[in-house]
Amino acid sequence: MGFFLAQILTGLANAGALFMVASGLSLIFGVTRIVNFAHGSFYMLGAYIGYTLMQVLPGAVGFWGAMLLAGVAVGVIGAFVEMVILRRVYAAPELFQLVATFGVILIVQDLALMIWGPEDLLGPRAPGLRGVVRIMGEPVPKYDLVLIGVTPLVALGLWALITKTRFGILVRAATQDREMVAALGVNQRWLFTGTFGLGCALAGLGGALQLPQGGADLLMDFTILTSVFVVVVIGGMGSLPGAYLAAVLISVLGVFGVAYLPQSTLALTFVVMVAVLMWRPFGLLGREEVAGEAGQVGPPEDPIRPAGWSVRAGVALALLALGALPLYGSDFALVLATDILIFCLFAASLHFLLGQAGLVSFGHAAFYGGGAYAAALLVRHAGAPMELALLLAPLIAGLLALAIGWVSLRATGVYFAMLTLAFAQLLWSLVWQWAEFTGGSDGMVGIWPADWAGGNAAFFWLAFVLCVAGILVLRHAAHAPLGYALRAARDNPARAAASGLAVARLQWVAFAFAGAMAGLAGGLFVFAKGSVFPNELEIARSFDALIVVFLGGVKTLSGGWVGGAVFEAGTDWLTRFEYWRLALGLTVLFIVTLAPQGIVGAARRLWQRGRS
Amino acid sequence: MIRRTFLSLGLALAAAATSAIAQDGPIVVGEINHFKRMAAFAEPYRKGYEMAIEEVNAAGGADGRQIEVIFRDDQGEPGEAIRIAEELMTREGAVMLTGSILSNVGLALSSLAAQKEWVYLASEPLADALVWENGNDWTFRLRASTYMQAAMLAEEAAKTDALRYATIAPNYAYGKDAVAAFKEALTALKPEVEFVAEQWPQLFQIDAGAEVQALERAKPDAIYNVTFGPDLAKFVRQGTDRGLFDGRAVFGLLSGEPEYLEPLADEAPEGWVVTGYPWYAFEDGPNADFVAAYTERFGESPKNGSLVGYMTGLSVAAALDIAGSTDKQAIRAAFEGLQVEGPVGPITYRQIDNQSTMGAFVGTTALEDGGGVMVDWTYRDGADYLPADDAVRARQGQ
Repeated sequence: MGFFLAQILTGLANAGALFMVASGLSLIFGVTRIVNFAHGSFYMLGAYIGYTLMQVLPGAVGFWGAMLLAGVAVGVIGAFVEMVILRRVYAAPELFQLVATFGVILIVQDLALMIWGPEDLLGPRAPGLRGVVRIMGEPVPKYDLVLIGVTPLVALGLWALITKTRFGILVRAATQDREMVAALGVNQRWLFTGTFGLGCALAGLGGALQLPQGGADLLMDFTILTSVFVVVVIGGMGSLPGAYLAAVLISVLGVFGVAYLPQSTLALTFVVMVAVLMWRPFGLLGREEVAGEAGQVGPPEDPIRPAGWSVRAGVALALLALGALPLYGSDFALVLATDILIFCLFAASLHFLLGQAGLVSFGHAAFYGGGAYAAALLVRHAGAPMELALLLAPLIAGLLALAIGWVSLRATGVYFAMLTLAFAQLLWSLVWQWAEFTGGSDGMVGIWPADWAGGNAAFFWLAFVLCVAGILVLRHAAHAPLGYALRAARDNPARAAASGLAVARLQWVAFAFAGAMAGLAGGLFVFAKGSVFPNELEIARSFDALIVVFLGGVKTLSGGWVGGAVFEAGTDWLTRFEYWRLALGLTVLFIVTLAPQGIVGAARRLWQRGRS
Repeated sequence: MIRRTFLSLGLALAAAATSAIAQDGPIVVGEINHFKRMAAFAEPYRKGYEMAIEEVNAAGGADGRQIEVIFRDDQGEPGEAIRIAEELMTREGAVMLTGSILSNVGLALSSLAAQKEWVYLASEPLADALVWENGNDWTFRLRASTYMQAAMLAEEAAKTDALRYATIAPNYAYGKDAVAAFKEALTALKPEVEFVAEQWPQLFQIDAGAEVQALERAKPDAIYNVTFGPDLAKFVRQGTDRGLFDGRAVFGLLSGEPEYLEPLADEAPEGWVVTGYPWYAFEDGPNADFVAAYTERFGESPKNGSLVGYMTGLSVAAALDIAGSTDKQAIRAAFEGLQVEGPVGPITYRQIDNQSTMGAFVGTTALEDGGGVMVDWTYRDGADYLPADDAVRARQGQ
């Protein structure tokens, strides 16, 4: 009994920092609709700033003051980021802001390294709270009890702020209907800045609050991100009580998982998340997304039309020049071009899903990595030749997408995105855990192309043919009836259904099709690199694809592969510099603020302006 | 046809030009590492490496030529590392590759090395598979592997009375290998031990309070710890607070390395038997000389990575010197059985599995002047902690 109680107390203590960070993310999303990927970075900043302040400020007052000040400081930084960067991109397509937050992540990583150095910092102890108290014979750290007490207080304070103040009323109104709030004459700008700052302050407070349990390190921005997303989604995006409930649920379950299923901790939270979303598609206490919110912001899209003859001739020439690369390019140019082609196909497949079907997937790496692992497993366990593996990789990835799509497509909008993320994570933990079959984190090595494709030039040509064909097929699908039907379902599902289109089935087909194409890219990747590791299934991979699609331009036909080519080539070049993350982050922010329509969108606008 | 001839003529000229340059200029070595993602480990490594190359060059270089190392960041991604390797070898004119801390990047590079017949010296990755299950002729490994370091701790564990062991290790290949090797070695030395609990926290996401509770519940006599970095700090803090380590023997893999011990400051655990690097305790001899030279050169104390980086530089120089040419086969042949004299003594790259015999320091942790240190330490030669040759061959699949 004592052990049981001690476990619950540990879980409740763990829920503290998690709740703070998650409630901030939830608040920001509820009001501004920004999925803030950089939320983990603000958490990390809170920890580092809190650490520094605790070194300077003396005594117990200084310690607790440092925590509060860390929260305030991070809130100010967040508000600054909102005003300088995010404000410029509210008119961009939905979720475009996440590209900007990605840039912020990179910049914060390098700045933190510059300011605080590479070594982990051990968090200072809370004055007078070292040691344990015995509860029913079980040791419970004193600081845990503080956390258990403080968290509901913060939650209560937030609740009061949201329900009792004018700011709170506006926040709630904006969460329900942004346009209406604006129409009533409320200055949205300051409301957004305030909310973003508050959300970031909560993240910073969370970071500072966990210092006495751990410390500050440079990897903590990403390590917390997944659990925070899980908590927000389980609780319901935009719901603070939901975030508290979910933080407690996940933390307590985690503690029991550690005790009774020590190997399971990887998958447990994601299993819970999938289960909850299947039962309640909008989270425990979330509301259904208000219709119209998911609509298209910004200028309406032009109807797409096939490229003219001059464009086609130009593309054909460019392809010819690219295809002839082995005749004039170096070995390294071939390898780099192969990598770029593969990444372009991967990006194009996600772009099809986003642009044509309007389905934002946060877990597209499941199919890229799925295809890669399918190919590698076929070679390793079935002795399949490269040709067969490359043929089956897209098929298996497509089947995988059918299965995942069947569940995920029950949800819409950001919940759909989160379900895809959960499935990608589940697949990742399966591969990670099942080491006898998949090689676990040591992956599978020595999977090289067949002899005829072994040379750099031959493999380049193989990748060239398959990737270009894949991208052209994706493009063709956009012009085919499937594309028209998908766009109809994207822009107005009710009307599309009334016109006799089977919206759900259409989206399912699009999801599987995009998955298969990502699988082809993954299959090629394995043979290009000769090995595969769980990295290809990681969230980071899904995010890479998302970011290049937005960078390229969602509302264009070629945004996917153009963004992919620019990003991959740019990264290859920038990583030669010492502070390449800073440079890449700034470049991303530069493009984001300069061209909210993406590279292709901006280029098209320039072209049109030039013509008229 | 004319065009083709022209092209190949041009290529031949270009090749002749580059080889001419290569003859006069320095020998280029390509180093690939996660300088950003694992900055705390990669930076000291880089400094040690640079220092070794500076010393070698000042003394006339290898085979009469200077050595130049090109450092490149792979973001911790195996796929990126492969591409950079290609660039280093084909465009930058590198004659061999070194680097990586993460095992997955090391394995990817070793697979590429075997495919392309390039020499790769895996300096820091610890995975046993690198020289055994997935070993190949072209990959050499410097640092004492997971197996070797676990065997050193198992030897110490066998000397204690503890019979009931609990293990805690991050849930990925390194953690699993480390637990398996410790079990194997300890059970061989002392068959009556039993393992009563195994905890597998997720890497860098440890729920330390819960892990400590679970370990406590199993009431072990001794604990074998493989967690490191921020996980170790949280584990030590919760474990100390909750009294997990009271009256128990604790064996910590790598826990004594300055990279992990220093951040713990005055909360470093006392009485743990660990592998690590007690740079502060050398009084004289080559170890002390290295520490003094390093501290003077960089104005900071060396880490374990500094030593590994330094040994990497010395190994590369020694191999290039013996090879006498930049031919890849010659370099590979030079590494076979290569002997290198370094601060920790002579090491040999074994013929059987290309693993170097570089060992590790084993000692007991203590607190001195508000920081964790290793006391009663000894240097263990890696050669004594490798399995018998037929066991190695079995793991190589022969």
